[in-house]
Amino acid sequence: MNHVFYLSSAIALLGAALAMACRNAFHALLYVVVSLLAVAGIFFSLGADFAAALEIIVYAGAIIVLFIFVVMMLNLGQRAVNREDDILTPTMWIGPGVLALALFAELVVILIRGAGGSTTGIGVGPKDVSLALFGPFVIGVELASFLLLAGLVGAVYLGSGARSTGGER
Amino acid sequence: MTAEVLLEHGLVVASALFATGLIGVLVRRNLLFQLLAIEIMLNAAGMAFVIAGARWGEADGQVFFIFILVMAAAEVAVGLALLLRLSHRFRGLDGDSVSVMRG
Repeated sequence: MNHVFYLSSAIALLGAALAMACRNAFHALLYVVVSLLAVAGIFFSLGADFAAALEIIVYAGAIIVLFIFVVMMLNLGQRAVNREDDILTPTMWIGPGVLALALFAELVVILIRGAGGSTTGIGVGPKDVSLALFGPFVIGVELASFLLLAGLVGAVYLGSGARSTGGER
Repeated sequence: MTAEVLLEHGLVVASALFATGLIGVLVRRNLLFQLLAIEIMLNAAGMAFVIAGARWGEADGQVFFIFILVMAAAEVAVGLALLLRLSHRFRGLDGDSVSVMRG
């Protein structure tokens, strides 16, 4: 599993660096998605399967989709049409596509070889994580629910206020 | 690979990712990119927790990764709502446009 760890690390670092160097927000988001998937590969190679699944579902699945929605909402009108022409050029897919292909090749190698387990030989499964989360750290779960409620209320308030201020100006 | 080498290499990768995000926050002036860079930094911090948890075979690292995930989700929801409001008000995402207070 060592080569999985090192290849995923290289892809994660490269994706993050290229995302920060991008001028177009959409291109940067594609690079960040690849980078997050590579980090999930690192977690998998470390035997942290549950964290890898959460990384894909929450980070790459939910948070980046939120970013994409906002980018879509910000580009209204004719500018969005021009932007669409930029986005749909084949050259912009090459960078994220090559990195994603490397990740895919890694996955295929793992599946064909049937190599499971982790680099250290010790895996921490979802059962251990859940027992720790709802055992000694249950106060953290309560605090996380407070934080999520506060974030929800704040986002709803700011989102409903944005329309009225936009109308005044 | 022994567990110590894994810990060292993993922490090097996590700190390099964190540095990439920090450079993004400092260099870019577009607020959307700054939020993305903050996400990368939070991700790197969570990665350090998971690596340390894998080193000693404990579940605590992944538990704290879940807490960081929750915090990142709450932060990005409020941050993007603020971003939308700013872009409505100042017609752009330039962070320098809100550097001066009025009143």
